[in-house]
Amino acid sequence: MTAVLSPRLTGATTGRVLRQLRHDPRTLAMLTVLPGLLLGLLYLLWRDVPAVPGQAPVFDRVGLTMLGIFPFVVMFLVTSIAMLRERTSGTLERLLTTPLSRLDLLLGYGTAFGAAAAVQALVTVGVATTVYGLDVAGSLWLVVLIAVVDAVLGVALGLLASAFATSEFQAVQFMPVVVLPQFFLCGLLVPREQMAGWLQAVSDVLPLTYAVEALQEVGASASATATMWRDVGIIAAVALAALALAAGTLRRRTS
Amino acid sequence: MDDAVTVTDLVVDRGPRRVLPGLTCAVPAGRVTGLLGPSGSGKSTLLRAVVGVQQVRSGRVTVLGEPAGSPALRSRVGYVTQAPSVYEDLTVRENARYFAALFGRGSAAADAALADVGLRDAAGQLVRNLSGGQRGRVSLACALVGEPELLVLDEPTVGLDPVLRVELWDRFAALAAGGTTLVVSSHVMDEAGRCDRLLLLREGELLSDSTPAQLRAESGTDDLEEAFLRLVRARQQEVAA
Repeated sequence: MTAVLSPRLTGATTGRVLRQLRHDPRTLAMLTVLPGLLLGLLYLLWRDVPAVPGQAPVFDRVGLTMLGIFPFVVMFLVTSIAMLRERTSGTLERLLTTPLSRLDLLLGYGTAFGAAAAVQALVTVGVATTVYGLDVAGSLWLVVLIAVVDAVLGVALGLLASAFATSEFQAVQFMPVVVLPQFFLCGLLVPREQMAGWLQAVSDVLPLTYAVEALQEVGASASATATMWRDVGIIAAVALAALALAAGTLRRRTS
Repeated sequence: MDDAVTVTDLVVDRGPRRVLPGLTCAVPAGRVTGLLGPSGSGKSTLLRAVVGVQQVRSGRVTVLGEPAGSPALRSRVGYVTQAPSVYEDLTVRENARYFAALFGRGSAAADAALADVGLRDAAGQLVRNLSGGQRGRVSLACALVGEPELLVLDEPTVGLDPVLRVELWDRFAALAAGGTTLVVSSHVMDEAGRCDRLLLLREGELLSDSTPAQLRAESGTDDLEEAFLRLVRARQQEVAA
């Protein structure tokens, strides 16, 4: 019998996805190096801008937030393309005839790209704090943790979005649809308190809002706050719900 | 003789087109059954219904005593799609090992399956760098590795040179001798002679269900291609009359 979930088959799938990544050194290099370089651009942009008295320097605020946004965006894109490839190459149809369950497949992707995101986050956080002097009050491990949870959220939403894309052109355009509104409303561009009430309500139901809030909490307090843990919980719950939904939209029988 | 697959009144629509208008046929266990017919005759659709990935309008497909596509069948049925469906960015061995793991087999089984399709020496190569025929064999190895009771192969010999084709058909015969049921689709009639049983399909209709010997005797020719053409013409006259 095919179980709903088999750790062995999920693990095999995680290994397979990681092996695919290993054979693509350019993607690996871009995954690990690119966020750090982009962060460097932001650092140079704000280096000579004087900080507003009584507020943290702009780079400390924005740079820290970016540590959560990069993995979300990158993993969303990478996963939706990977899943679309699975669909168009016929491997998905084939996998669905094997004992691998749909949840095994999706969790396998989530774990593999989550692991890749962990490496990405370690490198980026390391570069940000040593090279660019990013100042974080709380533990850097918590920053890495939040980055990984954000990446898994990106993976889950990417898997879900790919179910609605029938071509690469469509898949790529889901990125602005899913990512940009969350980015605009997450509280980075305009503090959430200053948004119109209805925009704030929309912002309340977008998961990236909680990622940004969690990072702001780590940036401001030396020890982990209850709000931060609540936020991490919310992001993880949304990610799991999106994975389950993606499994539900994955049709075994197609026309 | 037991049937491994029975198809009863199967109706399948793909888009606006009715591909199978009510097909009834059976596949004997432990034999090589050839599913032959021109392209567009519904061969792939029938095979997809057998492995349980085809949406069907009505009818029944029973595989190894269970409804097609039921979870219990997934470790007992191997499926090789027409286009090689393996991971281009993995090596041959990594592909075989992944599918081996899905069927609960180890790396020894993966290596054996690669040896079976003559790819032992290419095991370390990325699939991306292989020829079309080699990719097809990787795809086949990834189904063989699960040692399924029923092996469903959609045009497995397309793009293969004659020597490899003969080797592959020898392999199919050996598998059947060991008790495996094989359904092999092809649009090349010279492969029909290698099958124990022949299902001839045309526009979703079963034109003939016989053995190569019967087909030759009934149509009065030794050439199976010619036999098929005669059947088609006879059917056309029937329809016209």
